[in-house]
Parts: sequence; C-alpha cells; structure tokens
Amino acid sequence: MKVLSSWLHEFLDAPVAPEAIAAAFDDLGTPVEEETRLGEGLDGIVVAQVLTLAPHPNADKIQLVQVDVGDGEALQICCGAFNMAVGDRVPLATLGTTMPGGMKIERRKLRGEWSNGMLCSAREIGLGDDHAGILVLDGEPALATPIADVLGIEPDVLWELEVNPNRPDAMSVAGLARDLAAKVGVGFRLPSPPPVVAPGAPVTWASGGTGGTASAALADGTTVTVEIAAPDGCGRFTARVLRGVDPTAASPAWLQDRLTKLGMRPISALVDISNYVMLELGQPNHPYDLAKVAGSTLRVRRARAGETMVTLDDVERTCTADDLLITDGDNVAVGIAGVMGGADCEISDATTDVLLEMAWFDPTSISRTSRRLGLRSEASARFEKGIDPAIADLAADRFCQLAAEICGSVAEAVQVDVRGTLPERPAVLVRTARVNALLGTELSAERIAEVLAPIGFAAERQGDDHLVTIPTWRFDSATEIDVVEEVARHHGYRHIPNRELTEPRAGRLTPRQQERRAVRRLLCGLGLAECQPLPFLAPGQLAAAGLDPHGIELVNPLVADESVLRTALLPGLVAAVGHNHARRQLGVGLWEIGHVFLPAPEGQTLPDEREHLAVVLAGREAPAAVEVWQVLAEQLGLEQPSVANAEVPGLHPTRAAEVLVAGTRFGVVGEIDPAVLARHDIGERVAYLEVDLGALHEAPRRSTAYRQVSRFPSSDIDLAFEVPDAVSALEVERTLAATDDLVWSVRLFDVYRGAPVADSHRSLAFAVRLQAVDRTLTDTEVAEVRARLIAAVESAFGATLRG
Amino acid sequence: MIEDIRAITAAATSRIEAAATLDDLAALDRELLGKGSALTGFKRQMGALDPDARREVGAALNSARAELEAAVAARRSTLDTAARRVQAEAERLDLTEVRAGRDAGHLHLVTQAIEELEDVFVGLGFTVAEGPEVEDDWHNFTALNFGEYHPARDMQDTFFVGLGGDREVVMRTHTSPVQIRVMENQAPPIYSIMPGRVYRNEATDATHLAVFHQLECLVVDRGITFGHLAGTIDMFTKAYFGPGWTSRLRPSYFPFTEPSAEFDLQRPDGTWLELGGCGMVHPNVLANCGIDPEEYSGFAFGFGLDRLAATRHGVTDLRELASTDIRFLEQF
Repeated sequence: MKVLSSWLHEFLDAPVAPEAIAAAFDDLGTPVEEETRLGEGLDGIVVAQVLTLAPHPNADKIQLVQVDVGDGEALQICCGAFNMAVGDRVPLATLGTTMPGGMKIERRKLRGEWSNGMLCSAREIGLGDDHAGILVLDGEPALATPIADVLGIEPDVLWELEVNPNRPDAMSVAGLARDLAAKVGVGFRLPSPPPVVAPGAPVTWASGGTGGTASAALADGTTVTVEIAAPDGCGRFTARVLRGVDPTAASPAWLQDRLTKLGMRPISALVDISNYVMLELGQPNHPYDLAKVAGSTLRVRRARAGETMVTLDDVERTCTADDLLITDGDNVAVGIAGVMGGADCEISDATTDVLLEMAWFDPTSISRTSRRLGLRSEASARFEKGIDPAIADLAADRFCQLAAEICGSVAEAVQVDVRGTLPERPAVLVRTARVNALLGTELSAERIAEVLAPIGFAAERQGDDHLVTIPTWRFDSATEIDVVEEVARHHGYRHIPNRELTEPRAGRLTPRQQERRAVRRLLCGLGLAECQPLPFLAPGQLAAAGLDPHGIELVNPLVADESVLRTALLPGLVAAVGHNHARRQLGVGLWEIGHVFLPAPEGQTLPDEREHLAVVLAGREAPAAVEVWQVLAEQLGLEQPSVANAEVPGLHPTRAAEVLVAGTRFGVVGEIDPAVLARHDIGERVAYLEVDLGALHEAPRRSTAYRQVSRFPSSDIDLAFEVPDAVSALEVERTLAATDDLVWSVRLFDVYRGAPVADSHRSLAFAVRLQAVDRTLTDTEVAEVRARLIAAVESAFGATLRG
Repeated sequence: MIEDIRAITAAATSRIEAAATLDDLAALDRELLGKGSALTGFKRQMGALDPDARREVGAALNSARAELEAAVAARRSTLDTAARRVQAEAERLDLTEVRAGRDAGHLHLVTQAIEELEDVFVGLGFTVAEGPEVEDDWHNFTALNFGEYHPARDMQDTFFVGLGGDREVVMRTHTSPVQIRVMENQAPPIYSIMPGRVYRNEATDATHLAVFHQLECLVVDRGITFGHLAGTIDMFTKAYFGPGWTSRLRPSYFPFTEPSAEFDLQRPDGTWLELGGCGMVHPNVLANCGIDPEEYSGFAFGFGLDRLAATRHGVTDLRELASTDIRFLEQF
C-alpha cells in the first residue's frame, strides 16, 4: 500500500514530520519499503517560452529549440521531444539544477550543438509517468517563474508500506492515518461529506440479516432494486443513484496526481472518483451505467457451474458454483463480485446516470475466486482481508460529494441497503493479568484502555479487566490474543523489557546427533568433501543410475528436471563425479548425508523417509569403499559389521556387496556400474558406499566392556590358508578370532592368487597374536591353539593350510 | 719405572687421539688397557717393589689407566658423533618435496553453520529436534493455524507431493512442523531448536533458493513472555554474532504466532541485518498440540541459514550452495 504524507495529513489534526511518520510505520508493523521525497529538486526549473524550433544539423532525433527565460534573449536547448510549438510555455531545467532523480544539468554539446539546459517531461519533474513529450504548460504563466509555483507543487513524501494480512484497516489512507495518529499522539478525524440520506440501522458485527430484496422509488417514478440471494457471501449491499453526470468532465489534476502516486492510472472522472474513494476509505465500489442495468436491479448470487461472463478486460471467465456474481434484473451477470466488473454495464463517456454499488463480500469467497481465476485487483485485495462493513455509507457520501464537485451530478436521496450475513465478532474479555503474563509487562488496566481507545477498540472496564469491542474495520481481530497484540503494538515493542530465561536446563545433542557429527568428522578425516546436491531428480535420472526408475513425483515442480524425489543418494553423487570429471577434476572424494524418500508404507500418508550416508571415491576401486565402511563401523562400534558379496542395482556386477551388521543389511558397497559411469561420461573407476545412517544408529553395538591387557609376553603365529574364492575372507577371520579365548587379535596381511594356489582359490595369510592375561604361554599351549585354529578353518570352509 | 709409565701413557694418548675409526679405537682399547697391555705388565712387576715404591707406582698406574680410559671415551664420543652425522647425511630428505596427499576433508558451509548454531543453542540450554522433509497438511499448515485458504497453501509457494491424496502431502515449507511434532510428543517444558532443509516453489536466483535451510527455536513453559522472546533473541545474537551486536523486534504477522514480529540485528557499525520472524506461539497452535494455552505459553523464532553461511564466506550467489564442484567444496 502506498500513501502520501499530504493525504494522511487530511485526517490528522496536527502536522507530523516525515521522519516521525516513517519511524511510526516501522513500529506499527506497516514498515516502509520505499520512501520518495516529492517536489524536491525543482528549484532550478522555471517557465520558458519556445521562440523557434529548428532541425539539428547532425541528428534526426534531436531538434534545436530557442527559448526565452524572461530576459528576452534566445537560449539554445537541444531537445529530443517534438510535441511543442512556437509560443508554448514549457519547464526548463536551467544550468546547475540537480533534478529530482539526481541528474545534474550542465552546459554541453550534443552532436556539435550547445545545449544550455533541459526541457522537462511530466515525469522528469515528478508529475506522474508521462514521458512521451515535454510538459506544455496551460495558460500563460510568467516566464522565469519557478515551476513548483506554477503547478502548485508542494513538497510531499510518498511511502510504500508492507501490509500484512492481519491489517485490513491499513489498506486505506484513512485507516493508516488512524493507526499513525494513535502512535504519534495526534488527533484523527474521518472526512465528513454532506450526508445524502439519513443513516439507516447502524452496522456492527453480526448485525446483518438474511439477505432478500429491497427497493427504493426514484424521482422519475422508476425503482432501484437490490437483492442478496447469497447472504453467506454478501454481508451488505448498498446502492445509490446519481443523476446528471457531465460526461465530458475530467477529474482534476490533484486527484489524478494522487491516484498516480498511489499506483493507479487515471481513466475517467467517475472511475477516478471510484478509485479515490477506495484508496481513501478502503471501500471498493462500483459505478454502473444506470441506463444499461436491466430493471435497475442488482442482485448477488452464486454462479452456476460453468456460467461464463466477459470481464472488463475483455476476457471470458468461466465460473464455478463457489463464485459470487452480480447480476441485473434479467439475471445476467454484470460482474464477478469483489473481483472485476463486466463489460456490459460499464460506465462510458456517454453515461449520465450512475448506479453506485458499495458492498461487503465474504473474504474467503473473494479469495478463492480471485485465486482460481488468477485475477487480483485492488478491490479483491481489500475484500480478501475483510473490509469495514460500516464504511459504505460514508464512502457513498464521499463519492457523491466528489462526483457533484467534479461531474456536476446530483445524488438522489435514496439508499437501498440490504444486509446478508456479517461475521460475529463478540466483545472480548481482555484480562489485564493475561496481557501482562504474555507480554512480560506491568501495564495497568487504565494503560491498556488508553492504548486501545484511539484505534477504536472500545474497552469497558470489568473489575481488573475489560470487555473490548472489536471495531468494524478490524475483521482480523476476534479473540483476546488479537487484542493483546494491539496492546503490544501500540504500547510499543521497544518498550517491552527484555527478560532472560532462568529455568535451569541441560542443553545437549541426542546420541544420534552426536553420532552424526562423529561420522562427519570421520569422513573429513579421510580427506573427503561434503556436498549437498538438490534432492530433486530429473525423470530418468534414477534409471540412469541403474536404480528402480520409480520415485515419488512432485505435482508442481519448478522445472521438469527437478521433479522426482530421490530414493537413494547415488544419482546425485554419480552426477557430482560426472560434473567434476567433465572439468578434468579426477579422483574426487565426496560424501553426503541427506534424506531419501521411499514409497509410503501401506496405510501411511507420508513417504518412508530415511537419512542416508553415501561416499563416492572417484579413481578408486571397490576395496577403498569397503575400507571406509570398516572405519565407519569401527567408529560407530557396530556389532559384527561385515560385507556380503552380492549383485546390487547401480553397482558393478562383480564388484559389489551388501554391508551387514549382525547379519542385517544396512547398505551397499562396491564400485559404480561401468554402464552407469558410461552414461555420465566418467572414465575412471568409482568406489561407492551408501548406508542407511538412521537405521545404523539403531543397529546392534558391540560390548564396550574393557578387555584386560596382559602383563605377559604375547606369541605371534602366521597362518596361510588356501581358501575357495566363494568363501568370504572376513568369515575366515571371524572364525579364527572366535575359536579360542587365547586369540587376542587376527589380521589379514596377505592375499595371493596364482600358482601353486589352485584355481578359484586364493591364499589368505593371517597374523594371529595369542595372549593369556595370567601367564606366559608355553610352546605346547601355542602349538595346541594353532592346531585348533587350523582345524576350525579347514573344517568350516574347505580350506587347507599352506605348508 | 714411573718414568716409563709416563712415557707409555703419553705415547698411548697420542695413538688414541689419532684413532680414525671406532674399530681402530676398540683395538687400541684392548691393546692399551687389556690384559696384555704394558700397564698390566707393570702391575705384575709391582710385587717386587718395596711398599713405598709400590704405593707410588700403584698410584701412577691408576692415574695412567684413568687418563687412558678418559681419552678412549672422549675419542669414542667424537667418532660416534661423526659416524651419526655421516649416517644422517646419507638419509637427508628435502621436506619441501611433498606430493599432494590427503587433505583434512571439508564440511559443507551450511553444515558448518548449523553445527555452530546448534552449539550456541546447546550452550544456552536447548535440545535439537528434527523431523521429516515431506510433511502432511496438518503439521505443515493446519496445526500451525493456517486458514484453509491461506495464500501459503497456493501452488505458487508450496511443492505438492504426488502421493495420491488431495494436496495432502507437501515438501515442508518451513521447519515449523517440527515444532508441532515436538509439542505433540513432549509435554512442556520445551526448550528446543529445529534446524533443517525446507522447500519453496519459488523461482531460484542469486538470492533465492527453492531448497534452503532454516533454524527455528521453540520455548513452551509456564510464565514465558514476549520479554523472554526478545531477551532470548538478544542473548543468541550476542553469543553467535558477537557482544557488539544488538537486536530489535518490529510488529509483523504469522498465522502461528501472536503477537508476531520481525527481528533485525544491528551490527557494531550500526547497520541492520533483517534476520527472521518470531512471536508468541498462538494459543490455537498450543491447543492443536494438546497443550493448555491458559497454563502454558511459549515463543518461537526462526530464520534462514543459507544467506548467513554464504555471507560469512563472501559467496554472493546462493545457488553455489548446491554445487558439487570440488573447487567450491574444498574451500570450506
């Protein structure tokens, strides 16, 4: 919402400095997004008269203008506009002037011809957007007169404010002025146009009716009729009639100027007045050409599904049964209520009699219709937030007043006023203790009432508390907490003292969070870099990574390439390697911890969302990834971590395994499938590990109990077995470790394939350290253990000890 | 005899000092001080002397032996040192000739920011809560007091997830659903933060991401006030940014808090940083989670992390945060 200082001041009973206004708006929750100082920088711009016009010898798009600035001398100006004639009086920015936009006017040559100043367009002097030509001044203002005096330009300030959904009152100049006046402590008054009719029944929350029909007789014997057939969508509908509009009248410059400054385009006198009243008082309104409204009747009803109408912008709109329409006496739609009028009954330059609509529409209904149609208008933006249902009478009087002044019209002394359902906003009990308990303040009941009064929240004292009536312009407010917020806002957030939390508490990370951090440190310790690619994949990206192509899809992705939720971290990381590979960055080692999304389990709404860890080692073979798994398992203290060779989607057919903890699968390890690498133009081997980190956190852990370190010497024996390839080396190692209590450690130190080892076998050499806590082992004991170890491995795996 | 001892000792000393190698020295040691040495020979002859002369010769022999042993030790030390030097020279390495090796690894700059912030809040007595990134309508909107037609529910702001239902499932648009999950599962007092990834269906540019990170802070307890909110934000500000920073609250609007505010931080140089939103937890939200708003009150505040993390390192295009280029990643 934009607002002018001068317009605000029409409702304030004392001047307030621009700085104070801007600061107050910030403190009121309608912060200033942009401030423009108007009417400044015009000091050097004066009236000049065009003496001659001549072509520029060296340029087509510039002409040479000789002007007189009052001293009778010709002054040459180069000008890019051609809309003025000899004798016209125009604004000239003289040498040394700094324009409102900051440009400095200096004597300079343009294509070889001197220019001694600049003739100005309306936009250049801050008067609207017209930049089509030089502003030709009306009448014969004296030469050398400052342009500000000629045009009556007073310094002013334009603010663009941010308005939140909970401030329907801030969608009008008067509403902003009310809030501002309360904050800065000056008086506020609404405009008081002469009333056209005596006021009807007062409008308060829930004072509505059930709709229905009402008519009024006009001076010419006809009647004007209003019907609300959808009372849940239309809380109030008023109509007035204005006669004798001068079709040739134009709205005055000051009015057009204000509309323009606030971001609306001047169109015609009646439309401009309509917009002016909306901006000033927050009441959207609609003037119809009475002659075109069949039966002089306006009716509010729900649309029939599929019903169409052509709106003002000449677009045919198709409605649903949720939409509210305004129809005429023939039940033909003349507008989409609260959103946009229709083309048929629009006022034109032939309109002399006006039927004026001022209505209150249900915010939800307007919001749904405007969103569905993609039609946002100044009117719908206001109806959506909830306008003041009581302001229609004043707004209509104001319309009639301005129309009388500008168009010479006369308002008939009738108002048809039908009431539908207005929302309930019962008076709210505001407990003084509750206010202070929520804000951390010590406000007295008197102070609370004093803060609320100027913004229209009438507080009636009840003991220590108040019964507070919600003003009609605050549709957003309905409960005690809403009033607490108003108290806080107008008392001032900055006046609420800071307090410290004093309850003693132990802050900590959960074991899982601590473990995740340990894993991150471990991966960094391995020299790997964390990356965070997007979790959205392109269709086909799962398949390209060799995985099941089905992933959960977004209904409304930003781009098709980011429309599928990843089911594994593999596609993102293989793409990451591909990205680096394409830039000759070979051998990268990356990791990621992130969520993956698997189909929702039966009977659940949400996907099976898991936290995975993946490591990708470009230029490395599968064992490098197994090593990462081993050190990870060590870090986490997993019980019996292992790998089991297996075929795994996305991984190399013969260089892949599942990673297991105590026999349960937690992930995969190996090398990425060469076919997948080829699809990503990766020309190096890539080792890969992906585990379900969340599940691993729940996986069994080995005992953390201490194992006594012996004071006695240990004995080392080396055992090399010829073992079939199908037997996992890890299983052999585990068997060795588990066969005898005297085994302290087992380490695989050599693997050998080739003669004399039999085909499909390899030699696995283990270093075994034996140790007793209470004695030095004798040679006999060592020999016995050695024999048991050999027997265990040979019998379990069909292995043979190598001589 | 004493003269002879002196002469032999002098000659022996010269030979010891001239020994070229440790082996030569060892041979000399045997020759001059061993069983067949001249000095031992003199000792054998001592029996024939009278007691006075014997004492005199004995003293001379002891002194000569001590002198020679000292000479051998000194020479051995000299030769040892030289030998170690030779050995060391043979092993010389130029330690600037280091091939590129394993580096210390790299945490993503957003992870670094999250960990730092977590540490600050843990130090202030908070726990860290987490939740799913794909959420249902209840946790992401309804429980947070979003009206049925709130604009945030628009397609323009929210990614809807195709899981059959009628816009039931969304990519969470904020970390606030984790607040709901915490309040549903834990009775007050609650002092928690919720860092995490969030999603908005908005066109991406240098300063806006569709996938980014937030951190929210939630306190629910008896007697929690707006003053505590302001005080906690100020304490966090000083703990994370530095003692010279201050904070202020300005009225704003969110469906899930009331009163609501924006909070801005003032840098020591007087400039402002608009950081995030905050407010007192709306009574409807407490009630939606089964917490009696008459008994308990609470506050929440939240802010985006990505810009903080990026600004710290001078990264001006936030889209870089999703980069997997090692040249980017290895800088952090």
